[in-house]
Amino acid sequence: MRALAERFREILGDDGVITDPVRLRTYECDGLTVHRATPGIVVLPGTAEQIAEIVRECNAARTPYIARGSGTGLSGGALPRADGVLIVTSRMRRIIEIDVANQRAVVEPGVTNLAISQAARPHGYYYAPDPSSQQICSIGGNVAENSGGAHCLKYGFTVNHVLACEIVTPDGEITWLGGGDPGYDLLGAFIGSEGTLGIATKVVVRLTRTPEAVLTLLAAFDGIERGGRAVSAIIGAGIVPAAIEMMDALAIEAAEAAVGCGYPEGAGAVLIVELDGPEAEVRHQFERVETICAEAGAFELRVARDDAERAAVWTGRKSAFAAVGRISPAYIVQDGVVPRTALPEVLAAIDALSADYGIRVANVFHAGDGNLHPLVLFDDAVPGEGTRAEEVSGRILDLCVEHGGSITGEHGVGVDKSRYMTKMFGDDDLDTMQLLRCAFDPMNLCNPGKVFPTPRLCGEAPGVRRGVHPLVASGEAELF
Amino acid sequence: MDPKLIDDCVHCGFCLPTCPTYVLWGEEMDSPRGRIHLMRQHVEGTPVTPEMAGHFDACLGCMACVTACPSGVRYDRLIEETRAVVEREHRRPLAERAFRALVFATFPRPRLLRALRGPLRLYQASGLAPLVRRALPGPLAAMEALAPELTARVRLPRLVRARGPRRAVVGLLTGCVQGEFFPQVNSATARVLALEGCDVVIPRGQSCCGALSLHAGRPEQARRLARRVIRTFERAGVDTIVVNAAGCGSAMKDYADVLADDPAWSARAAALSAKVRDLAEFLAELGPAAPRHPLEITVAYHDACHLAHAQGVRAQPRALLSAIPGLTVVEVPDSAICCGSAGTYNLFQPGAARDLGDRKAANVLATGADLLVSANPGCTVQITSALARRGREIAVAHTAQLLDASLRARPARALLRGGRP
Repeated sequence: MRALAERFREILGDDGVITDPVRLRTYECDGLTVHRATPGIVVLPGTAEQIAEIVRECNAARTPYIARGSGTGLSGGALPRADGVLIVTSRMRRIIEIDVANQRAVVEPGVTNLAISQAARPHGYYYAPDPSSQQICSIGGNVAENSGGAHCLKYGFTVNHVLACEIVTPDGEITWLGGGDPGYDLLGAFIGSEGTLGIATKVVVRLTRTPEAVLTLLAAFDGIERGGRAVSAIIGAGIVPAAIEMMDALAIEAAEAAVGCGYPEGAGAVLIVELDGPEAEVRHQFERVETICAEAGAFELRVARDDAERAAVWTGRKSAFAAVGRISPAYIVQDGVVPRTALPEVLAAIDALSADYGIRVANVFHAGDGNLHPLVLFDDAVPGEGTRAEEVSGRILDLCVEHGGSITGEHGVGVDKSRYMTKMFGDDDLDTMQLLRCAFDPMNLCNPGKVFPTPRLCGEAPGVRRGVHPLVASGEAELF
Repeated sequence: MDPKLIDDCVHCGFCLPTCPTYVLWGEEMDSPRGRIHLMRQHVEGTPVTPEMAGHFDACLGCMACVTACPSGVRYDRLIEETRAVVEREHRRPLAERAFRALVFATFPRPRLLRALRGPLRLYQASGLAPLVRRALPGPLAAMEALAPELTARVRLPRLVRARGPRRAVVGLLTGCVQGEFFPQVNSATARVLALEGCDVVIPRGQSCCGALSLHAGRPEQARRLARRVIRTFERAGVDTIVVNAAGCGSAMKDYADVLADDPAWSARAAALSAKVRDLAEFLAELGPAAPRHPLEITVAYHDACHLAHAQGVRAQPRALLSAIPGLTVVEVPDSAICCGSAGTYNLFQPGAARDLGDRKAANVLATGADLLVSANPGCTVQITSALARRGREIAVAHTAQLLDASLRARPARALLRGGRP
């Protein structure tokens, strides 16, 4: 490690290399604090060339490396390793170009999601995906995790808004992916690969025209069931809102305590419905949404009349995760997906779990696309409560899979959920994924130990299975 | 450092983009989240290393992170406690110790500051500045560069009577730097309050409020000064204490916490804290009575951290200014990021302060405003000197001075003259 650090100092200068143990520890976790590991070395590069050199040095020393942006991930995707190098992109935050004519922007990976929208706004554009952490999460991290956000119901995820990436490959080469080249969609494979296929060093994003009209409705219900009914009815009516978000009573309580969002009193659930697009269309659809909500049993409908009121409605929702810190000493943010139609059933089952284990669960979710964010609350000072919360959290994922959903909607697998991958995928599926990974990272040094349940080395027979992969056996594929 | 307060941090990172040093350097340990992590390391047994102390010292204490935090982490309390621990447990190099001792022996002493006025005016008139600047060691050079150009001293009366029917009786804190270097702000404040129907009581012999000491990890000095201020204003017999310097107002609102463990003083401190209002906050509560005359001018409003973040006073000054006919208020981009003044920060951390000052100056110039409104003497000094480095000047005035000009039908150009407040 010491020799490597010396080499990095030659590349980056003293200022770009951290080896002091006290400083290193501040990088021990990202937004998910249950997994911690102090990195061996932290580097703060400023250019793609520097990253490429660092990666080549790591390869030469057979040392694993992990990329990190702002450290806000919720699945431990950027969890460091004591025997590894943490490559932090927080100093690469130049917006290189806002190309209005081509509706795109070229940015460095450390630029925050919100900074892109702020830079594009004067031109009448914005960057559509909006994770709740948008004011700080980096676009490089968004690419790695294929991040979503409240407005992905209508606009899609990061993968739908990134046109090309300059990356440093695990070989230490700088290359471009995407840009509409024929052949395999390697960019599609790269986005959402959780930092296992290389490091993005420039990101070309699509800019979306700021909609002519935006209307936001806050509807209060006595409970989640009626809110859920409204969601199904809205989508069933052929309306695609920009966002439909739901929060339950406990989540409302937390948000109220944190930011005083002033949601209707006594609400057992609130639904935030946002419509955007051409003025006439939005107005017409908005009336229908209001009617549907009223028919589903909303006891109060509140319309945000301007940007300030809209921001007030969203503040409660967007701060909900961290806000739970006000009502509970510790909590787990879960992320799962269920088919929209299974929402009421799954929520009822979560309620039952919560009662069984004596563990409170607050629910915040992107109701439109069935992406749940149950917040499992516990007190880490009470012996055993952490373990029970952990169990509840895992059982919620079981529920998601049982109902035909997924173990993650947008937070990624990282280290936190790799053990659940076997619940969704068979060995053949996982091996096939591993083959893709090996094609990019044959030495298994690029963010190893993430996503996959058991660490496997490229070229080795997978640990769980005995015998060769069927594709290899049949001669259709060979191991590199 | 209270472990309970540390545990409130859930590591979400929402504070990072609002932290001036994170904006400058992009390093975890120079962000609020990273500093809280360092505090945790210390609580868990790691001694205060020079590296650790360096990251705490680099914190401006601007409290932007407190505004941004959705979990309600009391970073203000945490950093105050931490600074005291650093002062106790960390031995600074000799030169640094000497300079700190000099600063804390000078600034909280209005009388000493007053004694320095004469020599400073002579020096400023002498034309020696460029020579001296080259000869001074780093920290003293920083001090020299920040010294504001002095105007004539103003001696305020003990009582300024309300014009028209009396609506309130208020006390006025004159402050140390405000009082000695920006006396025109205090006189404008007193006139505005009187014109709005307040009897303004200005007690003689006011001490420093203790803000600088409190925010620099010298709680003993802060408590001593706080007791003196409490005594002074108890004697004044006023309903409200109006403060026109953001840092002082914030510290005085904290007296309840500062003296919470002192049984003889905790109740008196809480009572005093409850009476403290920033000038803009107070005028907004009082409501306008005196007629406003037009000021044809475009002003950029600068959010002082200890007003916006520490006291939550953002809307009131903007509303007061916008209510002046003819006056347009424009926003400074990245207004929530500190200018780098931060009490004594620009003396102890001149490099970072300079970089932040440069950013602020560029953002202020980008507004194209005729004048910058700043409600804190430290910010005024810092931004003025950052602009001067760029060879640019923009008039800087306190909210009180604009209101004063409007209430007394003075022309806007009187505020712009000379490019200095």
